[in-house]
Amino acid sequence: MVEESNVSSLTSQTFIDRLIRENFKFFTGVPCSLLSGLISCLEETEEAKYVPSVREDSAVGLCAGAYLAGALPVLLMQNSGLGYCLNAFTSLNLIYRIPVLVIMSWRGQGGKDAPEHIIMGDINQKLLETAGMDYSVLKPENCDQVLETAMRKINEEKLPYTLLVEKGLFDERH
Amino acid sequence: MRRSSLIRSLLRKVCLMKGIEAFQELLPLLGDEPVVHANGYICRESFTLKDREANFYMIGSMGLASSIGLGVALCKPDRKVIVLDGDGNVLMALGTLAMIAAEAPKNLVHVVIDNEVYESTGSQRTLSNTVPLEQIAKSSGYRQAARVDKKEDIKPAFEKMLNSEGPGFLLIKVEPCFDRKTGRVTHTPEEITNRFIKSLR
Repeated sequence: MVEESNVSSLTSQTFIDRLIRENFKFFTGVPCSLLSGLISCLEETEEAKYVPSVREDSAVGLCAGAYLAGALPVLLMQNSGLGYCLNAFTSLNLIYRIPVLVIMSWRGQGGKDAPEHIIMGDINQKLLETAGMDYSVLKPENCDQVLETAMRKINEEKLPYTLLVEKGLFDERH
Repeated sequence: MRRSSLIRSLLRKVCLMKGIEAFQELLPLLGDEPVVHANGYICRESFTLKDREANFYMIGSMGLASSIGLGVALCKPDRKVIVLDGDGNVLMALGTLAMIAAEAPKNLVHVVIDNEVYESTGSQRTLSNTVPLEQIAKSSGYRQAARVDKKEDIKPAFEKMLNSEGPGFLLIKVEPCFDRKTGRVTHTPEEITNRFIKSLR
């Protein structure tokens, strides 16, 4: 029962509110149905800006610019976007020490999804590890702890940190 | 080479300014504006002619100067922000033109040095000899878009852009003639980040 109450305490709205409290005010990305609740909340709030990006690597650039200008940026994307972003992460963020919080939906997890998601769903963690990019799988029960780790990575090491979002964690609005 | 393209390339050689001349015209017009530089010879030429703390030099991540510049412009609305881009970079991220047009930051000036080739990899052709980039920017929704072919037109065109409501897009047509001996940016990427952030405070 405790777990159930934790589950109900992490919603799209509470998570966005939490990020805004941590001073993340600049959001961009390319949508995924698993993140649609989060993006709805962002479109409704006055306290943060959400800029629709056309590609995930453009979103990486946009976040980098926002960070250089003093904002704390968040990039929302599907794991399929990781392929588009790897060069931007490795030749921009990692070597220039430009952090970003990445919220990445995990399509194809466990091989149960549409065919186009299966391979990336199998390798997204390995790709992040190979690139030397730290991540956590976000769960209702570890939210505080992984955000703390993410903030440390971003503020102290000035490096990106990724939160993987499994299907069903946040509500889908479409 | 087809005859028509031979003639076009000869005409370009006779009429157009050299890339370095465009930089020599443009750089003295800068004040304390942050300038995000595309990778390749854009960075190297600008760094060699006049290094500035407010210059962000990209050594990789081709195509992203425009989105980085957009991020800076959106988060620093009280500063004029300049993107110094190349035609290959713009073509790689055409969608970013739509993002810039949609967000429409008044403080962004997007300057493109267009030599119609990927010069730092051996001058393979891009598409900008037939695709007019300034028209793409204009029809995407940039508030200002202009093209300059003559050296003496750079100063008035750039100053007009800088003093008008953006986003502005200034295409400068140049002849490819990069001197391969031009130095590379000697700052480390981390140094580039730190001094650029400092200059924006």
